[in-house]
Amino acid sequence: MMTWARTLRRVVGLGTPTAAEADIQRAAATARRQAVERPPIDIAPNDPLLAYFAESRGAVSLDELKLDSPAVRALRARGSKLVVPLISQGELIGLLELGPRLSDQEYSREDRRLLDKLAGQAAPAVRVAQLVREQEAEVRARERLEQELQVAQLIQQQFLPKRLPELKGWQIAAYYRAARQVGGDFYDFIELPDRQVALVIGDVTGHGVPAALVMATTRSILRGDAPRLVSPAAVLARANSLLHGDIPRNMFVTCLYAVLEPATGRLRYANAGHDLPYVRGDAGVRELRARGMPLGLMADMAYEEKETVLGPGEAILLHSDGIAEAHDPARNMFGFPRMRELCARYPGGQGLIDELLSDLARFTGSGWEQEDDITLVTLVRSHGSAQERVLDTFEIPSVPGTERQAMERVAASVRDVGFPARRLERLKTAVAEATMNAIEHGNQGRAELAVRVEVIAMDAQVIVRITDHGGGREIPEATHPDLEAKLAGLQKPRGWGLFLIKNMVDELRVTSDERHHTVELVMRLGGGTDGGNG
Amino acid sequence: MAETAERAIVRRRNGATVIDMPAHIDISTEATLDTAYSELAPKGALLLNFTATEYINSSGIALIVGMLARARKEGRAVAAYGLSDHYREIFEVTRLADFIGLFPNEQAAVAGH
Repeated sequence: MMTWARTLRRVVGLGTPTAAEADIQRAAATARRQAVERPPIDIAPNDPLLAYFAESRGAVSLDELKLDSPAVRALRARGSKLVVPLISQGELIGLLELGPRLSDQEYSREDRRLLDKLAGQAAPAVRVAQLVREQEAEVRARERLEQELQVAQLIQQQFLPKRLPELKGWQIAAYYRAARQVGGDFYDFIELPDRQVALVIGDVTGHGVPAALVMATTRSILRGDAPRLVSPAAVLARANSLLHGDIPRNMFVTCLYAVLEPATGRLRYANAGHDLPYVRGDAGVRELRARGMPLGLMADMAYEEKETVLGPGEAILLHSDGIAEAHDPARNMFGFPRMRELCARYPGGQGLIDELLSDLARFTGSGWEQEDDITLVTLVRSHGSAQERVLDTFEIPSVPGTERQAMERVAASVRDVGFPARRLERLKTAVAEATMNAIEHGNQGRAELAVRVEVIAMDAQVIVRITDHGGGREIPEATHPDLEAKLAGLQKPRGWGLFLIKNMVDELRVTSDERHHTVELVMRLGGGTDGGNG
Repeated sequence: MAETAERAIVRRRNGATVIDMPAHIDISTEATLDTAYSELAPKGALLLNFTATEYINSSGIALIVGMLARARKEGRAVAAYGLSDHYREIFEVTRLADFIGLFPNEQAAVAGH
């Protein structure tokens, strides 16, 4: 009973006031000087003293009180003689506790009347002080909670992937949205030997900082063991034994761990009690089931390992329960059947994520406060992925004018690909410009350095890779050419190369390492806004 | 493999000057186009004939921008004709088409510039 304790601390140990009313002020001052601060006494809510003061008002001598009251015993034990109730708006909010008079005389009737009057004036002020303190405590508690949320969020975000991996022949999309309280969701991609990649999704029970810390630990354990063990069942078994005994009681982690071979679509997986992933194929949606207990619950668990193949055009959705267990205003659950149905309807990728989220928004209505973290990860295997055909590879010396040879040779190599004439012209211009840049900037016009050109057909697109020896050098950001500024002499007439390339192709990718600098020009078949009017 | 710079023929037509642009317009064309520009009539529009042009790269665009800047300083209108669909698109992308009137052929350019 905090309120009582505080009040009593404030008023304990008042000495004897003078009899005259007008001397209240002086008496209070004297009392303050002589007051001995004593520890507060806690009065239990069922103490008979409270019942007594509910019935009768006014100062009372402790010797007169015939109550079986722990509070009265405690007051007597420390030599108190008199208590005066402090009542504000009909409610008992504290007691004035007085020791013996300094003269050792009994408190007179006049003293008591004066004390009652003093109590009547003090009570509202004490009540206000109590309210202010309660409010301050509430604000502090709220701030602590808010701070904890921020810490939890920070930990969580720190350990989620900053970017998605690029897997040839696969489209990857991921979505994570923390609930206000921040659950312990996580997902991860881990590079493994032999161009394999591990896909991880998990959910830690509980919320806030504890869940975030367990999430971070689990992620580190998985990352540490993944490359060495590879086998999903082995990785989960090891994570379970490391977590068991190390994480707080009653906390555990559900986790799906899968290893993908991007080239073949082979997927090995094990599941520590996490929601089942969906795979969408021509034959409909299937669930990937594998038995296993959540991580950290019991020692020495074994995990079932299974295998499937994600065929061309198939998609997988990994998810946490944040969507399936969301409720509408009538407390109906979104549910797994509904998720499964949406998976069947959409081909996967970012489109599926968007559909799931907008369906969820329709389901929950506008005023919904997200109940748990939402995590979605999808991978879609392209039709005919890994069917990379090299159409031509050649090198040219870094001599001005050779860009036209490169251009004509690339044009000849894609003759059978079936670009409309206009898109072919665009590709030619882009190739010429990129080759010119490679000659002039990358290779600094040194004739003995070659520019390497590769033409590749893949997944209904043509990629032209142009590589020079300009690696390890910072590439200055090209200024956007502004014709008016050029005509006014404010910009040089030159500087159109990169601008032209960007406007000619569907996609421009630039990569570089220590030695080389590569520009990839991507031109999709049938894509583009002018695909038909060649 | 440096190109032999190609000729750009300069001729008068109804008070305007026509430059027959070479097949390739790139950095090697700079001197050719400079000479051609110096042969313009003292006044009157400049008509650029791209009928024979097969290739323009970014350096070529820069040369055309340079000619356009000079012509504008001298108060000359500039028009062009004979551009392929592709280079017409490039004139649009670079916004050259905002400053150079584009025509399908010489008659239209002479009449319309």
